Amino acid sequence: MELTLSILLGFMIIGALFSLHAKDLLSAVIACGIVGYSLVICFLLLRAPDLAIVQIVVETITLIIMVAVVLNSTREELKVKIDTRQIINISLALLFIVVLFFFFIQATDMLNPFGEHTLRMASAYVGETAAKTGSANLVTGIVFDFRGYDTLGEATVLFTAALGVLTILRLKGKK
Amino acid sequence: MKGMSIIVKKVAQLIAGFVFLYGIYIIAHGHLTPGGGFAGGALLAGAYILSILAYGSDYLKLKEEQTESSLSESISILLILMLAVAGMLMGIKVFFNNFLPKGTIGELISAGAIPLYNIFIGIEVASALLTIFLALIIYKEEIEE
Repeated sequence: MELTLSILLGFMIIGALFSLHAKDLLSAVIACGIVGYSLVICFLLLRAPDLAIVQIVVETITLIIMVAVVLNSTREELKVKIDTRQIINISLALLFIVVLFFFFIQATDMLNPFGEHTLRMASAYVGETAAKTGSANLVTGIVFDFRGYDTLGEATVLFTAALGVLTILRLKGKK
Repeated sequence: MKGMSIIVKKVAQLIAGFVFLYGIYIIAHGHLTPGGGFAGGALLAGAYILSILAYGSDYLKLKEEQTESSLSESISILLILMLAVAGMLMGIKVFFNNFLPKGTIGELISAGAIPLYNIFIGIEVASALLTIFLALIIYKEEIEE
């Protein structure tokens, strides 16, 4: 399974890089879709069907909206020349990549091997959720009972996002 | 906003109902099978977006629909908060207390208040996504006028 996941992750990286360098904005948006749909297959392989359902639906809707936005705007890319300031930026970015990669390797040495959980809370949840909440789906039981505040926060974030979009777009549209 | 060709219209007409029904199934069985309020709500919004994109609609109708979806979004998040406060008033004094009887695990009507939370979260997510989509369309139409 790790081999399949590595191949999928490779595809995701290639898709993300292509969407950065694509000449046409529409092909960049579609290449972004590679990342989302590969993530769906990763979730299915890692046995998280709840996340996979949410990811596939949300990815489709955002892709539709992005395509609709791109089709109504200019699709050409602006040319940028490379000058000395950009060379400094690129070398700084490479330096930070090396430093962060060093600490990443140091940190992952401490973890358990792939697929073994480390948290005590997780085993307690898996053992007791069904008996305490009466919900056969453990994820829903945790999300709406033990972590009710989290869910309320997510719903509030969505509500606020819709309010913000309405406020900004309706004000500009009325001019 | 203009509609699309007759092939797209017919396919959307056949599929949108099934997508809507699947969303309701995912929400109603959220405490039994994978999925829940968030996934089902996004599916419901997808059914609406599919039919709006295929059929098109005039600008005033979309404005009415946006008012209604914004209203149902506000009402459902208010109902979630009221359910949580009701848990605090009954039994133990805890916010988000599951105060209804649990029932037997695995049946459709079980798990206390969790199915109710699922339904309201589903309505909230569906109407929030639909509101954002409609706001983008109405903005474009208003700019073009």
